[in-house]
Amino acid sequence: MKESPISILICGVGGQGTILARKIICEAFFNSGYDVKASEVHGMAQRGGSVVTHFRAGEDVASPLIEDGQADIILAFEPLEALRFLPKLKRHGQVIVNSQKIMPTSVLIGEFTYPTDIFNKIQTATDKIKIIDALDIATKAGNTKVVNVVLIGVLAKMLSVSKELWLKAVAASVPLKYQELNIKAFELGYNI
Amino acid sequence: MMKKILLGNEAVARGAYEAGVVFASSYPGTPSTEITEALALYPSIFCEWAPNEKVAVEAALGASMAGARALSAMKHVGLNVAADPLFTAAYSGVNGGLVLAVADDPRIHSSQNEQDSRNYFYASKIIALEPADSEECRLFTRNAYSLSEEYDTPVAIRLVTRISHSQSIVQCEKPQVYEQKKYRKDMSKYVMLPVNARTRRSFITKRMTRAQKLADNGPYNKEIIHKDAKIGVITAGVLYQYAREALGTQASYLKIGMISPLPRQMMTDFCQKYQKVYIIEELDPYIETFARSIGITNIIGQKLFPREGEFSAGLIAEKILKNYRPFNYQPEKDLPPRPPVLCPGCSHRPLFYALKRQRLIVTGDIGCYTLGALPPLLAMDSTICMGASVSMGHGVNKVLPNDKKQKVVSVIGDSTFIHSGITGLIDIVYNGGTSTVIILDNSTTGMTGHQTNPACGQDIYGKPAPAVNLEALCRAIGVRRVITVNPFDYKHMYDVIAAEAAASEPSVVIVKAPCKLLHNTTKDPPREVEQTLCQKCRLCMSIGCPSISVQEGQTLIDQVACTGCQACQNLCRFGAIKEKEPL
Repeated sequence: MKESPISILICGVGGQGTILARKIICEAFFNSGYDVKASEVHGMAQRGGSVVTHFRAGEDVASPLIEDGQADIILAFEPLEALRFLPKLKRHGQVIVNSQKIMPTSVLIGEFTYPTDIFNKIQTATDKIKIIDALDIATKAGNTKVVNVVLIGVLAKMLSVSKELWLKAVAASVPLKYQELNIKAFELGYNI
Repeated sequence: MMKKILLGNEAVARGAYEAGVVFASSYPGTPSTEITEALALYPSIFCEWAPNEKVAVEAALGASMAGARALSAMKHVGLNVAADPLFTAAYSGVNGGLVLAVADDPRIHSSQNEQDSRNYFYASKIIALEPADSEECRLFTRNAYSLSEEYDTPVAIRLVTRISHSQSIVQCEKPQVYEQKKYRKDMSKYVMLPVNARTRRSFITKRMTRAQKLADNGPYNKEIIHKDAKIGVITAGVLYQYAREALGTQASYLKIGMISPLPRQMMTDFCQKYQKVYIIEELDPYIETFARSIGITNIIGQKLFPREGEFSAGLIAEKILKNYRPFNYQPEKDLPPRPPVLCPGCSHRPLFYALKRQRLIVTGDIGCYTLGALPPLLAMDSTICMGASVSMGHGVNKVLPNDKKQKVVSVIGDSTFIHSGITGLIDIVYNGGTSTVIILDNSTTGMTGHQTNPACGQDIYGKPAPAVNLEALCRAIGVRRVITVNPFDYKHMYDVIAAEAAASEPSVVIVKAPCKLLHNTTKDPPREVEQTLCQKCRLCMSIGCPSISVQEGQTLIDQVACTGCQACQNLCRFGAIKEKEPL
């Protein structure tokens, strides 16, 4: 059952729910019998800032951090953040990117311009890119806040952990009253 | 035994729980905050947020003196505040075990400086352990209590951001049944008159000599020998994980779990086995300096590695392995940076805009509101440490000519004011200052993730608690001009600040509005820009709200992000910003 270690880098903007996403991924891999390590920087003042979570699973994981060129998958909640963390990607690694742009203040106040051809730039680096309109799917699921779980659904489809364990992990990581909504969001992402 | 995935911080709490801790007192501080939050989930432990770290450590010491096992958690700069009790608690020692969990922040993810707490443990002569993952966080904390009692010393658990904020698997054990020790009056141990302190000083020397033996023989430091290894590595904590990731079986390791006192014989023996031994440690050359002081010479440390910031497996491989050529995609140049920002609807935003417009000198403090220093607000002149806004403002006020152009105001949050601002305000009043202190009362400790504090009327459990009346407190100190304003009543707040800054006596303005992210804070309907009225002056952009943007020449307000705070609406001279009309 054990395979070579897998490294997933989750990046986005503070407040988008990357921490819940990490929780679900950790739970799913842990219940599949892997050694897991994950790392991120917490704090409310991270809101609106660039945030990143490192996740690693394998037989015996040493470092909780992913080195440059070592991520099997980048799960990006925002296009600019995908581009920012691209140096973490393995050669020909997989990028899953939510197409919803969030303008940083540096762009809003006109000091910088938001890059126009992000997806092309990622495509020149790797042919494995999946662009997802997760906000649209989350709206269909019934709440714009479940963008994170939609993306987990997309990610889950690409991994060896069974769907059953993913669903269990989603259910275990959200409050009871939001379980149905989140399961729906997961399914929509999974069946894309 | 039950396996769980825990944050390093949660695992420290688990270890304390398993050791039978019944009292914990802390002040929040990234990256240490979750230790106390996790402790508060165990019904058997009384937890509290103290006004500051000095109070917290003293309270924990009191609980220990009374016979209970106690804990206080803090970040590195919090230990500066608690250094006073630490250095003498090292003399008094303990009755029930006492553990201080101290989290350093290499690379300054969320702090005002980068400092190495290991020096404190060495200087105060206490035992300190450094875990390398969540399981060791649990185990070391659990064991620290028996060490504390056996060696009659506070024991520190030294953490760093990458241990505190990393999750890994923990093997939970059943909690011990700990029988609280009896309280016995012992002046020779707890009353540090010089005569007693001198006796205890000798005791400390004996204690640390005894602890040295534990460092050399005990379970905390261990050799991991690989038979084909040509090099040795001495390292501790998360650096051990980076080192074994980078070097694997190409190196043998002396993994140090007890960082104070350091192992003397073990280090000497290990270094004799290899021609070249690398000492891999972030921040100060703490282990290296010790190794050199005991005459070890075949070591390479800071000559090779950086003296600042965080290390990584990649950095270690690059420095030690020849022909290390990692692949990576080249970083894109000139990407727009995305620093953290004040949230949409943040009550601090209108204040900083007003301060900027009045061209005041603003001494700032530690909290979310430090972000008021960033563009486009740029409304802060200094941020040093907890409480410094008030006292530095006083210093500025005393030496600058009392000129309209050089008025100084101090900006400090409610929690920070209680932590260390009150004494500064007393200084102002007592010594005839005329500066203005602005207390940003948002009813929470925001930056560390919404912890309660003595001014917000709730304890750590969210239960009702007496709230410090900030207005009455300031008046009791002797400030006659104390006024509370609502930051979203912009014009009134603006005028009050102008009047108070001009006053020739001390004044306090309490800017009161709850943090918009608190669950019980009401949000108003989102605003929108009426494009026919918008004159494109872009004044609304100057408050730096992340929900306002210009797209294809039109100013737009994000209808999901906007909380309807009206900070922008209050500024618009053309009435173009209004509540969205119902369809």
